[in-house]
Amino acid sequence: MDKLSTDHLLGIKHLQKEDISLIFQVADNFKEIINRPLKKVPSLRDVTVANLFFENSTRTKLSFELAEKRLSADIINFSSSGSSVKKGETLVDTVNNILAMKVDIIVMRHPMPGAAIYLSQRVDARIINAGDGTHEHPTQALLDSFSIREQFGEVKGRKVVIVGDILHSRVALSNIFCLKKLGAEVMVCGPPTLIPPHIKTLGVEVSYHLEEALSWCDVAMMLRIQLERQGVEENGNVSYFPSLREYTMQYGLTTKILEKIGRDITIMHPGPINRGIEIATDVADSGQSIILSQVENGVAIRMAILYLLAGISE
Amino acid sequence: MNEREILEGAQFDLVIRRLCCELIENHDEFSSSVIIGLQPRGIFLAKRIVDFLEAHYSIKVIHGNLDVTFHRDDFRRKQSPLIPNKTNIDFIIEGKKVVLIDDVLYTGRTIRSGMDAMLAFGRPTKVELLVLIDRRYSRDLPIQPDYTGLSVDTIARQRVSVKWKEVDGEDKVALQTIIDNG
Repeated sequence: MDKLSTDHLLGIKHLQKEDISLIFQVADNFKEIINRPLKKVPSLRDVTVANLFFENSTRTKLSFELAEKRLSADIINFSSSGSSVKKGETLVDTVNNILAMKVDIIVMRHPMPGAAIYLSQRVDARIINAGDGTHEHPTQALLDSFSIREQFGEVKGRKVVIVGDILHSRVALSNIFCLKKLGAEVMVCGPPTLIPPHIKTLGVEVSYHLEEALSWCDVAMMLRIQLERQGVEENGNVSYFPSLREYTMQYGLTTKILEKIGRDITIMHPGPINRGIEIATDVADSGQSIILSQVENGVAIRMAILYLLAGISE
Repeated sequence: MNEREILEGAQFDLVIRRLCCELIENHDEFSSSVIIGLQPRGIFLAKRIVDFLEAHYSIKVIHGNLDVTFHRDDFRRKQSPLIPNKTNIDFIIEGKKVVLIDDVLYTGRTIRSGMDAMLAFGRPTKVELLVLIDRRYSRDLPIQPDYTGLSVDTIARQRVSVKWKEVDGEDKVALQTIIDNG
Protein backbone atom coordinates (compact mmCIF):
# COMPACT_ATOMS: atom_id res chain seq x y z
CA MET A 1 0.00 0.00 0.00
CA ASP A 2 1.53 3.31 -1.05
CA LYS A 3 -1.27 5.74 -0.24
CA LEU A 4 -4.15 6.15 2.18
CA SER A 5 -7.52 4.72 1.20
CA THR A 6 -9.17 8.03 2.11
CA ASP A 7 -8.76 11.69 1.14
CA HIS A 8 -9.49 12.91 4.67
CA LEU A 9 -8.78 11.83 8.23
CA LEU A 10 -12.24 11.96 9.76
CA GLY A 11 -12.03 9.13 12.25
CA ILE A 12 -10.32 5.83 12.90
CA LYS A 13 -13.56 4.07 11.99
CA HIS A 14 -13.03 5.12 8.37
CA LEU A 15 -9.44 3.84 8.20
CA GLN A 16 -8.24 0.40 7.18
CA LYS A 17 -5.57 -1.46 9.11
CA GLU A 18 -3.21 -0.91 6.15
CA ASP A 19 -3.76 2.86 6.39
CA ILE A 20 -2.66 2.78 10.02
CA SER A 21 0.44 0.72 9.15
CA LEU A 22 1.35 3.22 6.41
CA ILE A 23 0.91 6.17 8.79
CA PHE A 24 3.17 4.42 11.35
CA GLN A 25 5.78 3.62 8.70
CA VAL A 26 5.98 7.27 7.60
CA ALA A 27 5.84 8.49 11.21
CA ASP A 28 8.95 6.39 11.99
CA ASN A 29 10.83 8.52 9.48
CA PHE A 30 9.48 11.77 10.88
CA LYS A 31 10.38 10.72 14.42
CA GLU A 32 13.98 10.37 13.26
CA ILE A 33 13.77 13.79 11.59
CA ILE A 34 12.41 15.63 14.64
CA ASN A 35 15.33 14.29 16.66
CA ARG A 36 17.91 15.73 14.27
CA PRO A 37 19.74 19.01 14.95
CA LEU A 38 17.91 20.46 11.93
CA LYS A 39 14.32 19.31 12.35
CA LYS A 40 12.72 20.64 9.21
CA VAL A 41 12.02 19.19 5.76
CA PRO A 42 10.68 21.10 2.75
CA SER A 43 7.95 18.63 1.65
CA LEU A 44 4.90 20.90 2.23
CA ARG A 45 6.47 24.20 1.22
CA ASP A 46 3.73 24.91 -1.33
CA VAL A 47 0.88 23.78 0.94
CA THR A 48 -1.27 26.02 3.13
CA VAL A 49 -2.94 24.57 6.20
CA ALA A 50 -5.72 26.23 8.19
CA ASN A 51 -6.06 25.22 11.83
CA LEU A 52 -9.67 25.84 12.81
CA PHE A 53 -10.27 25.42 16.50
CA PHE A 54 -13.90 25.94 17.50
CA GLU A 55 -13.10 24.40 20.89
CA ASN A 56 -10.25 24.92 23.36
CA SER A 57 -7.03 23.06 22.77
CA THR A 58 -3.43 23.44 23.85
CA ARG A 59 -1.54 20.27 23.10
CA THR A 60 -3.28 19.20 19.89
CA LYS A 61 -3.13 22.71 18.41
CA LEU A 62 0.54 23.15 19.26
CA SER A 63 1.34 19.67 18.01
CA PHE A 64 -0.39 20.26 14.68
CA GLU A 65 1.26 23.66 14.31
CA LEU A 66 4.67 22.23 15.01
CA ALA A 67 4.08 19.33 12.61
CA GLU A 68 3.03 21.78 9.89
CA LYS A 69 6.05 24.01 10.52
CA ARG A 70 8.46 21.06 10.51
CA LEU A 71 7.06 20.20 7.06
CA SER A 72 7.51 23.82 5.89
CA ALA A 73 3.79 24.41 5.29
CA ASP A 74 2.24 27.86 5.49
CA ILE A 75 -0.20 28.11 8.37
CA ILE A 76 -3.20 30.20 9.29
CA ASN A 77 -4.76 29.84 12.70
CA PHE A 78 -8.35 30.45 13.59
CA SER A 79 -10.20 30.16 16.86
CA SER A 80 -13.91 30.75 17.19
CA SER A 81 -13.62 33.31 19.98
CA GLY A 82 -13.56 36.78 18.47
CA SER A 83 -14.52 35.49 15.01
CA SER A 84 -17.56 35.89 12.74
CA VAL A 85 -18.87 32.58 14.06
CA LYS A 86 -20.05 34.61 17.03
CA LYS A 87 -21.94 36.83 14.57
CA GLY A 88 -23.98 33.90 13.27
CA GLU A 89 -21.94 32.65 10.32
CA THR A 90 -22.42 28.96 9.47
CA LEU A 91 -19.55 26.48 9.56
CA VAL A 92 -19.62 25.91 5.80
CA ASP A 93 -19.58 29.66 5.09
CA THR A 94 -16.71 30.23 7.49
CA VAL A 95 -14.67 27.43 5.93
CA ASN A 96 -15.48 28.40 2.34
CA ASN A 97 -14.33 31.93 3.08
CA ILE A 98 -11.07 30.56 4.40
CA LEU A 99 -10.71 28.26 1.39
CA ALA A 100 -11.19 31.25 -0.94
CA MET A 101 -7.80 32.33 0.40
CA LYS A 102 -6.33 29.21 -1.28
CA VAL A 103 -6.00 26.79 1.60
CA ASP A 104 -5.25 23.12 0.85
CA ILE A 105 -5.80 21.35 4.16
CA ILE A 106 -8.17 22.06 7.05
CA VAL A 107 -7.37 20.83 10.55
CA MET A 108 -10.53 21.23 12.59
CA ARG A 109 -11.62 20.77 16.18
CA HIS A 110 -15.31 21.30 16.79
CA PRO A 111 -17.67 20.67 19.74
CA MET A 112 -20.28 18.95 17.53
CA PRO A 113 -19.90 15.21 16.83
CA GLY A 114 -19.70 14.63 13.06
CA ALA A 115 -18.60 18.18 12.23
CA ALA A 116 -15.55 16.95 10.30
CA ILE A 117 -17.61 14.49 8.24
CA TYR A 118 -20.21 17.18 7.53
CA LEU A 119 -17.51 19.55 6.35
CA SER A 120 -15.74 16.95 4.18
CA GLN A 121 -18.98 16.48 2.22
CA ARG A 122 -19.43 20.17 1.56
CA VAL A 123 -16.06 21.82 0.96
CA ASP A 124 -13.23 21.20 -1.47
CA ALA A 125 -10.24 20.61 0.80
CA ARG A 126 -8.67 17.78 2.70
CA ILE A 127 -10.05 17.63 6.23
CA ILE A 128 -8.22 16.39 9.32
CA ASN A 129 -10.40 15.87 12.36
CA ALA A 130 -8.62 17.20 15.45
CA GLY A 131 -11.53 16.17 17.68
CA ASP A 132 -15.27 16.45 17.09
CA GLY A 133 -17.26 16.63 20.31
CA THR A 134 -17.59 13.26 22.00
CA HIS A 135 -17.17 11.41 18.70
CA GLU A 136 -13.56 10.85 17.56
CA HIS A 137 -10.04 12.16 18.02
CA PRO A 138 -8.16 10.10 15.43
CA THR A 139 -4.69 11.63 15.70
CA GLN A 140 -4.66 11.02 19.46
CA ALA A 141 -5.56 7.35 18.98
CA LEU A 142 -2.91 6.96 16.29
CA LEU A 143 -0.21 8.47 18.45
CA ASP A 144 -1.30 6.30 21.39
CA SER A 145 -1.06 3.10 19.36
CA PHE A 146 2.21 4.31 17.82
CA SER A 147 3.56 4.79 21.38
CA ILE A 148 2.40 1.29 22.39
CA ARG A 149 4.07 -0.14 19.26
CA GLU A 150 7.26 1.72 20.16
CA GLN A 151 7.15 0.36 23.72
CA PHE A 152 6.28 -3.26 22.93
CA GLY A 153 7.33 -3.77 19.30
CA GLU A 154 3.76 -4.31 18.17
CA VAL A 155 0.22 -3.52 19.29
CA LYS A 156 -1.22 -6.92 18.42
CA GLY A 157 -1.92 -9.08 21.46
CA ARG A 158 -1.38 -6.28 24.00
CA LYS A 159 -3.98 -5.79 26.70
CA VAL A 160 -4.98 -2.17 27.08
CA VAL A 161 -7.38 -0.78 29.66
CA ILE A 162 -8.90 2.65 29.20
CA VAL A 163 -9.89 4.10 32.57
CA GLY A 164 -12.21 7.00 33.32
CA ASP A 165 -14.91 8.98 31.57
CA ILE A 166 -15.54 6.67 28.62
CA LEU A 167 -19.00 8.14 27.98
CA HIS A 168 -17.77 11.62 27.07
CA SER A 169 -14.38 10.68 25.66
CA ARG A 170 -13.61 10.91 21.94
CA VAL A 171 -10.12 9.66 22.81
CA ALA A 172 -11.63 6.45 24.21
CA LEU A 173 -13.77 5.80 21.14
CA SER A 174 -10.97 6.44 18.64
CA ASN A 175 -8.61 4.34 20.73
CA ILE A 176 -11.05 1.44 20.87
CA PHE A 177 -11.36 1.47 17.05
CA CYS A 178 -7.61 1.83 16.54
CA LEU A 179 -6.49 -0.75 19.09
CA LYS A 180 -9.05 -3.31 17.89
CA LYS A 181 -8.01 -2.81 14.26
CA LEU A 182 -4.40 -3.45 15.25
CA GLY A 183 -5.28 -6.62 17.16
CA ALA A 184 -5.04 -5.47 20.77
CA GLU A 185 -7.41 -6.59 23.52
CA VAL A 186 -9.27 -3.65 25.02
CA MET A 187 -11.03 -3.18 28.34
CA VAL A 188 -12.80 -0.07 29.58
CA CYS A 189 -13.02 0.72 33.27
CA GLY A 190 -14.88 3.38 35.19
CA PRO A 191 -18.03 4.08 37.21
CA PRO A 192 -21.12 2.45 35.59
CA THR A 193 -22.57 5.91 34.91
CA LEU A 194 -19.59 6.82 32.72
CA ILE A 195 -19.54 3.60 30.67
CA PRO A 196 -21.88 3.69 27.64
CA PRO A 197 -24.50 0.91 27.99
CA HIS A 198 -23.77 -0.89 24.69
CA ILE A 199 -20.00 -0.49 24.67
CA LYS A 200 -19.50 -4.29 24.55
CA THR A 201 -20.81 -4.28 20.97
CA LEU A 202 -17.46 -2.69 20.01
CA GLY A 203 -15.74 -5.85 21.21
CA VAL A 204 -14.34 -4.53 24.47
CA GLU A 205 -14.38 -5.93 28.00
CA VAL A 206 -15.89 -3.89 30.80
CA SER A 207 -14.75 -3.67 34.40
CA TYR A 208 -16.02 -1.43 37.17
CA HIS A 209 -13.06 -2.16 39.44
CA LEU A 210 -9.71 -0.52 38.83
CA GLU A 211 -7.69 -3.21 40.62
CA GLU A 212 -9.28 -5.95 38.52
CA ALA A 213 -8.59 -3.99 35.31
CA LEU A 214 -4.98 -3.27 36.24
CA SER A 215 -4.33 -6.94 37.10
CA TRP A 216 -5.42 -7.81 33.55
CA CYS A 217 -3.63 -5.20 31.44
CA ASP A 218 -0.20 -4.42 29.98
CA VAL A 219 -1.07 -0.77 29.38
CA ALA A 220 -3.32 1.54 31.40
CA MET A 221 -4.61 4.58 29.58
CA MET A 222 -5.92 7.08 32.13
CA LEU A 223 -8.50 9.61 30.97
CA ARG A 224 -9.45 12.97 32.38
CA ILE A 225 -12.89 13.46 33.88
CA GLN A 226 -14.49 15.79 31.35
CA LEU A 227 -16.33 18.09 33.74
CA GLU A 228 -17.10 20.54 30.93
CA ARG A 229 -19.23 17.91 29.18
CA GLN A 230 -20.90 16.59 32.33
CA GLY A 231 -22.85 19.61 33.50
CA VAL A 232 -21.45 20.62 36.86
CA GLU A 233 -24.06 21.33 39.52
CA GLU A 234 -24.16 24.59 41.46
CA ASN A 235 -22.53 23.04 44.52
CA GLY A 236 -19.61 21.87 42.38
CA ASN A 237 -20.73 18.26 42.28
CA VAL A 238 -21.39 16.37 39.06
CA SER A 239 -24.32 14.16 38.39
CA TYR A 240 -22.40 11.07 37.22
CA PHE A 241 -20.76 10.26 40.58
CA PRO A 242 -21.13 11.59 44.12
CA SER A 243 -17.92 13.62 44.26
CA LEU A 244 -14.49 13.96 42.65
CA ARG A 245 -12.96 12.77 45.92
CA GLU A 246 -14.96 9.55 45.73
CA TYR A 247 -14.01 9.10 42.06
CA THR A 248 -10.33 9.50 42.94
CA MET A 249 -10.60 6.96 45.75
CA GLN A 250 -12.20 4.39 43.43
CA TYR A 251 -10.50 5.04 40.10
CA GLY A 252 -7.42 7.21 40.77
CA LEU A 253 -4.14 5.56 39.79
CA THR A 254 -1.73 5.66 42.72
CA THR A 255 1.60 4.08 43.61
CA LYS A 256 -0.21 2.17 46.36
CA ILE A 257 -2.51 0.34 43.94
CA LEU A 258 0.33 -0.32 41.49
CA GLU A 259 2.44 -1.81 44.28
CA LYS A 260 -0.50 -3.96 45.32
CA ILE A 261 -0.87 -5.29 41.77
CA GLY A 262 2.88 -5.96 41.64
CA ARG A 263 3.08 -5.86 37.84
CA ASP A 264 5.02 -3.54 35.56
CA ILE A 265 2.27 -1.68 33.71
CA THR A 266 2.88 1.02 31.10
CA ILE A 267 0.99 4.19 32.01
CA MET A 268 -0.43 6.53 29.37
CA HIS A 269 -2.50 9.71 29.47
CA PRO A 270 -3.68 11.83 26.54
CA GLY A 271 -3.54 15.03 28.61
CA PRO A 272 -4.39 17.42 30.04
CA ILE A 273 -3.66 15.65 33.31
CA ASN A 274 -5.61 16.46 36.43
CA ARG A 275 -2.92 15.49 38.91
CA GLY A 276 -4.30 14.01 42.07
CA ILE A 277 -7.63 13.08 40.46
CA GLU A 278 -7.31 10.33 37.81
CA ILE A 279 -3.57 9.92 38.33
CA ALA A 280 -1.24 10.69 41.22
CA THR A 281 1.71 12.97 40.55
CA ASP A 282 4.36 10.37 41.39
CA VAL A 283 2.76 7.85 39.01
CA ALA A 284 2.51 10.39 36.19
CA ASP A 285 6.21 11.21 36.60
CA SER A 286 7.39 7.62 37.17
CA GLY A 287 9.49 5.46 34.86
CA GLN A 288 6.41 3.46 33.93
CA SER A 289 4.77 6.53 32.43
CA ILE A 290 5.25 7.23 28.69
CA ILE A 291 3.15 10.41 28.76
CA LEU A 292 5.91 12.64 27.37
CA SER A 293 6.77 10.11 24.66
CA GLN A 294 3.12 10.30 23.60
CA VAL A 295 3.50 14.06 23.15
CA GLU A 296 6.68 13.65 21.10
CA ASN A 297 5.10 10.93 18.98
CA GLY A 298 2.10 13.19 18.40
CA VAL A 299 4.20 15.53 16.27
CA ALA A 300 5.60 12.64 14.20
CA ILE A 301 2.15 11.11 13.67
CA ARG A 302 0.62 14.44 12.63
CA MET A 303 3.51 15.07 10.24
CA ALA A 304 2.88 11.66 8.68
CA ILE A 305 -0.84 12.34 8.23
CA LEU A 306 -0.29 15.79 6.73
CA TYR A 307 2.40 14.39 4.44
CA LEU A 308 0.27 11.48 3.22
CA LEU A 309 -2.85 13.59 2.65
CA ALA A 310 -0.95 16.41 0.94
CA GLY A 311 1.22 14.18 -1.21
CA ILE A 312 -1.25 13.35 -3.94
CA SER A 313 -1.45 15.47 -7.08
CA GLU A 314 -4.74 17.26 -7.61
CA MET B 1 11.22 -5.27 -23.63
CA ASN B 2 14.73 -5.96 -24.80
CA GLU B 3 17.48 -6.51 -22.20
CA ARG B 4 21.26 -6.40 -22.65
CA GLU B 5 23.72 -7.19 -19.84
CA ILE B 6 26.45 -4.63 -19.46
CA LEU B 7 28.11 -5.70 -16.22
CA GLU B 8 28.14 -8.94 -14.24
CA GLY B 9 30.24 -11.53 -12.38
CA ALA B 10 33.99 -10.85 -12.07
CA GLN B 11 33.68 -7.62 -14.03
CA PHE B 12 31.18 -6.32 -11.49
CA ASP B 13 33.59 -7.01 -8.61
CA LEU B 14 36.46 -5.49 -10.55
CA VAL B 15 34.58 -2.23 -11.02
CA ILE B 16 33.86 -1.98 -7.28
CA ARG B 17 37.50 -2.77 -6.50
CA ARG B 18 38.64 0.01 -8.86
CA LEU B 19 36.21 2.49 -7.28
CA CYS B 20 37.65 1.63 -3.84
CA CYS B 21 41.22 2.24 -5.08
CA GLU B 22 40.22 5.60 -6.54
CA LEU B 23 38.64 6.55 -3.21
CA ILE B 24 41.84 5.62 -1.31
CA GLU B 25 43.85 7.85 -3.66
CA ASN B 26 41.84 10.86 -2.52
CA HIS B 27 40.81 9.95 1.02
CA ASP B 28 43.82 7.93 2.25
CA GLU B 29 42.77 6.46 5.63
CA PHE B 30 39.34 8.11 5.56
CA SER B 31 40.23 9.85 8.85
CA SER B 32 38.20 12.93 7.95
CA SER B 33 35.90 11.37 5.35
CA VAL B 34 32.54 9.65 5.58
CA ILE B 35 30.48 7.60 3.15
CA ILE B 36 26.75 8.13 2.71
CA GLY B 37 24.65 5.74 0.61
CA LEU B 38 21.45 7.11 -0.89
CA GLN B 39 18.23 5.18 -0.31
CA PRO B 40 16.82 3.01 -1.67
CA ARG B 41 19.43 1.38 -3.97
CA GLY B 42 22.64 3.32 -3.36
CA ILE B 43 22.98 1.79 0.10
CA PHE B 44 24.03 -1.59 -1.35
CA LEU B 45 26.95 -0.10 -3.28
CA ALA B 46 27.95 1.99 -0.25
CA LYS B 47 27.97 -1.09 2.00
CA ARG B 48 29.99 -3.09 -0.55
CA ILE B 49 32.59 -0.32 -0.71
CA VAL B 50 32.76 0.04 3.07
CA ASP B 51 33.13 -3.75 3.51
CA PHE B 52 35.74 -3.98 0.75
CA LEU B 53 37.84 -1.17 2.23
CA GLU B 54 37.82 -2.88 5.61
CA ALA B 55 38.46 -6.41 4.34
CA HIS B 56 41.27 -5.60 1.87
CA TYR B 57 42.84 -2.42 3.22
CA SER B 58 41.85 -2.52 6.93
CA ILE B 59 40.27 0.93 6.55
CA LYS B 60 37.24 1.49 8.76
CA VAL B 61 34.97 4.12 7.30
CA ILE B 62 32.20 5.96 9.11
CA HIS B 63 29.13 5.42 6.97
CA GLY B 64 25.36 5.81 6.91
CA ASN B 65 22.24 5.70 4.76
CA LEU B 66 20.33 8.79 3.71
CA ASP B 67 16.75 8.98 2.50
CA VAL B 68 16.00 11.88 0.16
CA THR B 69 12.20 11.50 -0.12
CA PHE B 70 11.23 14.60 1.89
CA HIS B 71 13.55 16.76 -0.23
CA ARG B 72 12.44 15.56 -3.66
CA ASP B 73 11.04 18.08 -6.12
CA ASP B 74 8.25 15.85 -7.48
CA PHE B 75 6.18 15.71 -4.27
CA ARG B 76 2.50 16.45 -5.02
CA ARG B 77 3.11 15.69 -8.68
CA LYS B 78 2.22 12.01 -8.51
CA GLN B 79 -0.93 9.98 -7.88
CA SER B 80 0.52 8.55 -4.66
CA PRO B 81 2.64 10.22 -2.02
CA LEU B 82 6.32 9.27 -2.06
CA ILE B 83 6.91 6.70 0.67
CA PRO B 84 10.16 7.26 2.53
CA ASN B 85 12.91 4.82 3.54
CA LYS B 86 15.05 4.88 6.67
CA THR B 87 17.75 7.44 7.26
CA ASN B 88 20.48 6.05 9.44
CA ILE B 89 23.16 8.66 10.08
CA ASP B 90 24.41 8.70 13.67
CA PHE B 91 27.29 11.07 13.05
CA ILE B 92 27.74 14.75 12.23
CA ILE B 93 29.28 15.61 8.86
CA GLU B 94 30.42 19.08 9.97
CA GLY B 95 33.94 19.62 8.68
CA LYS B 96 34.11 16.19 7.00
CA LYS B 97 34.59 15.16 3.39
CA VAL B 98 31.45 13.34 2.29
CA VAL B 99 31.27 10.75 -0.47
CA LEU B 100 27.66 10.40 -1.62
CA ILE B 101 26.99 7.06 -3.26
CA ASP B 102 24.19 6.00 -5.59
CA ASP B 103 23.78 3.16 -8.05
CA VAL B 104 22.67 5.08 -11.17
CA LEU B 105 23.09 8.74 -12.05
CA TYR B 106 20.42 9.80 -14.53
CA THR B 107 18.73 13.23 -14.35
CA GLY B 108 20.67 14.33 -11.25
CA ARG B 109 17.49 15.17 -9.33
CA THR B 110 18.00 12.50 -6.67
CA ILE B 111 21.53 13.75 -6.04
CA ARG B 112 20.23 17.33 -5.75
CA SER B 113 17.71 16.12 -3.15
CA GLY B 114 20.46 14.12 -1.45
CA MET B 115 22.70 17.16 -1.06
CA ASP B 116 19.77 19.08 0.39
CA ALA B 117 18.88 16.27 2.83
CA MET B 118 22.52 15.83 3.82
CA LEU B 119 22.85 19.42 5.05
CA ALA B 120 20.58 18.57 8.02
CA PHE B 121 23.60 16.77 9.47
CA GLY B 122 26.07 19.65 9.24
CA ARG B 123 28.24 21.57 6.77
CA PRO B 124 30.79 19.32 5.09
CA THR B 125 34.07 20.73 3.76
CA LYS B 126 33.68 18.83 0.52
CA VAL B 127 31.10 16.62 -1.14
CA GLU B 128 31.94 14.07 -3.81
CA LEU B 129 29.70 11.82 -5.83
CA LEU B 130 30.35 8.17 -6.62
CA VAL B 131 28.04 6.18 -8.89
CA LEU B 132 28.16 2.69 -10.34
CA ILE B 133 26.51 3.71 -13.62
CA ASP B 134 26.55 7.15 -15.18
CA ARG B 135 23.88 7.63 -17.85
CA ARG B 136 25.65 10.34 -19.81
CA TYR B 137 23.94 13.15 -21.69
CA SER B 138 20.68 12.76 -19.75
CA ARG B 139 21.09 15.30 -16.98
CA ASP B 140 18.36 17.80 -15.99
CA LEU B 141 20.70 19.53 -13.55
CA PRO B 142 24.39 20.48 -13.64
CA ILE B 143 25.61 17.50 -11.59
CA GLN B 144 28.51 15.23 -12.53
CA PRO B 145 30.09 12.28 -10.72
CA ASP B 146 33.62 12.31 -9.27
CA TYR B 147 33.92 8.52 -9.43
CA THR B 148 32.18 6.41 -12.06
CA GLY B 149 32.00 2.63 -12.32
CA LEU B 150 30.79 2.60 -15.90
CA SER B 151 29.46 5.25 -18.25
CA VAL B 152 26.66 4.34 -20.61
CA ASP B 153 24.97 6.29 -23.37
CA THR B 154 21.23 5.80 -23.25
CA ILE B 155 18.07 7.16 -24.74
CA ALA B 156 14.85 8.03 -22.88
CA ARG B 157 13.19 4.70 -23.80
CA GLN B 158 15.94 2.81 -22.01
CA ARG B 159 16.26 1.91 -18.35
CA VAL B 160 19.30 0.78 -16.41
CA SER B 161 18.55 -2.10 -14.04
CA VAL B 162 21.06 -2.78 -11.26
CA LYS B 163 20.68 -5.99 -9.28
CA TRP B 164 22.39 -6.74 -5.99
CA LYS B 165 23.10 -10.16 -4.46
CA GLU B 166 21.79 -8.92 -1.11
CA VAL B 167 18.26 -8.37 -2.37
CA ASP B 168 18.01 -9.70 -5.93
CA GLY B 169 20.18 -12.82 -5.62
CA GLU B 170 22.77 -11.73 -8.23
CA ASP B 171 25.07 -8.86 -9.14
CA LYS B 172 24.15 -7.62 -12.57
CA VAL B 173 23.67 -4.42 -14.54
CA ALA B 174 21.45 -4.57 -17.61
CA LEU B 175 20.22 -2.08 -20.14
CA GLN B 176 16.53 -2.51 -20.82
CA THR B 177 14.90 -1.05 -23.92
CA ILE B 178 11.15 -0.65 -24.20
CA ILE B 179 10.14 -1.75 -27.69
CA ASP B 180 7.58 0.50 -29.26
CA ASN B 181 5.46 -1.62 -31.59
CA GLY B 182 3.32 1.28 -32.63
